[in-house]
Amino acid sequence: MNTLEKFEADTLAAAQERSQIADFSVGDTVKVNVKIQEGNRERVQAYEGVCIARKNGGINASFTVRKISYGEGVERVFPLYSPRIESVELIRRGSVRRAKLYYLRNLRGKKARIAERTTGHGIETKESNKKGK
Amino acid sequence: MMAKIEEKKMRTGVIAQKAGMTRVFDEDGRQIGVTVLKIDGCQVVANRTEKKDGYTALQLGAGTKAKVKNVSKANRGHFAKAKVAPKQKLVEFRVAPENMVDVGAEIGANHFVPGQYVDVCGTSKGKGFAGAMKRHNFGGMRASHGVSVSHRAHGSTGQCQEPGKVFKGKKMAGHLGDERVTTQNLRVVAVDEEAGLVLVQGAVPGARDGWILITDAIKMPAPEGAPLPAGLKKASTPEEKADTAQPVEDGTNDPVPLEEAKTDKPEADNKEA
Repeated sequence: MNTLEKFEADTLAAAQERSQIADFSVGDTVKVNVKIQEGNRERVQAYEGVCIARKNGGINASFTVRKISYGEGVERVFPLYSPRIESVELIRRGSVRRAKLYYLRNLRGKKARIAERTTGHGIETKESNKKGK
Repeated sequence: MMAKIEEKKMRTGVIAQKAGMTRVFDEDGRQIGVTVLKIDGCQVVANRTEKKDGYTALQLGAGTKAKVKNVSKANRGHFAKAKVAPKQKLVEFRVAPENMVDVGAEIGANHFVPGQYVDVCGTSKGKGFAGAMKRHNFGGMRASHGVSVSHRAHGSTGQCQEPGKVFKGKKMAGHLGDERVTTQNLRVVAVDEEAGLVLVQGAVPGARDGWILITDAIKMPAPEGAPLPAGLKKASTPEEKADTAQPVEDGTNDPVPLEEAKTDKPEADNKEA
């Protein structure tokens, strides 16, 4: 491990320790609580939408959340380990077959729905529990 | 130059190695692109004094990977005289007389304080023989309208029979890069004393693992709270000085701070955040 990798690994470990980020993946509906500075006051603003992309890069990891705000599509890219992000909550898991859901940009309304995922990774079912035991 | 050294109470610079670039978050959550510079085994090898040499300076050596068998005999004698292990890189830094440091002392990353500005100097990446567009930002010629085979040519190089020559210094194609480049006024974002790392905002000339000279910014006021005469490593007591005959001690010197860095790193980061 060279100096830079070591530095990044250490910074990442420290960031992971303090971060309250739910285990979410692409297609999931998430609520991102973002700290916002207003003058001297700091408050938390929630931003809820579908995670359409995740970019893994250690400390540089980021994710994109898309939502429809007043009929207009809005996308925000968050650095995963930014101190501005207070927490990320998982609202609903989505079943998707792509790693990047950029196709949602061209879809509106009913077509842009994502079915809920009830099985698979990160979900404990009776069967998986049995297998585990 | 002399006046500047006196008037600014110039401190010594430091020899570092470029580890690469990454990003960190500041306390406001902004992302800052930083270059990580590693200071490893940077020791004073010789002093230049007014009395003996007519000017005051420190000769620093850095790098712990120098093999004794590959160091010239003359240099081996030079290192032996200073009672330091052979170094890969030797550089002189002008200093004010009151900021002289004893031979053998080791300078660490604590030489710099976060928030201060530094000048960094390195050897830029060599680009080989480059055309005028790449080397001097010439515009080139048009893509169409009758231009043939010379879309990236530099164009005219002068006038007519009078003067009948190309003036000296005309910007033309030639060798680009692989030269000494100084970038001024880069902010020090963070310092990790244990690991010997200095994080500098922005890019630093040169390739990874290239030698970099870091000095206090010449165009900025002297940094407040910076250690005088220099930021010495706490462990750099005379016992630590390795003899030229025993480079083994030098080898063991290296991994220790690296291991320590593991445990100490989160603290340093919290400070940043």
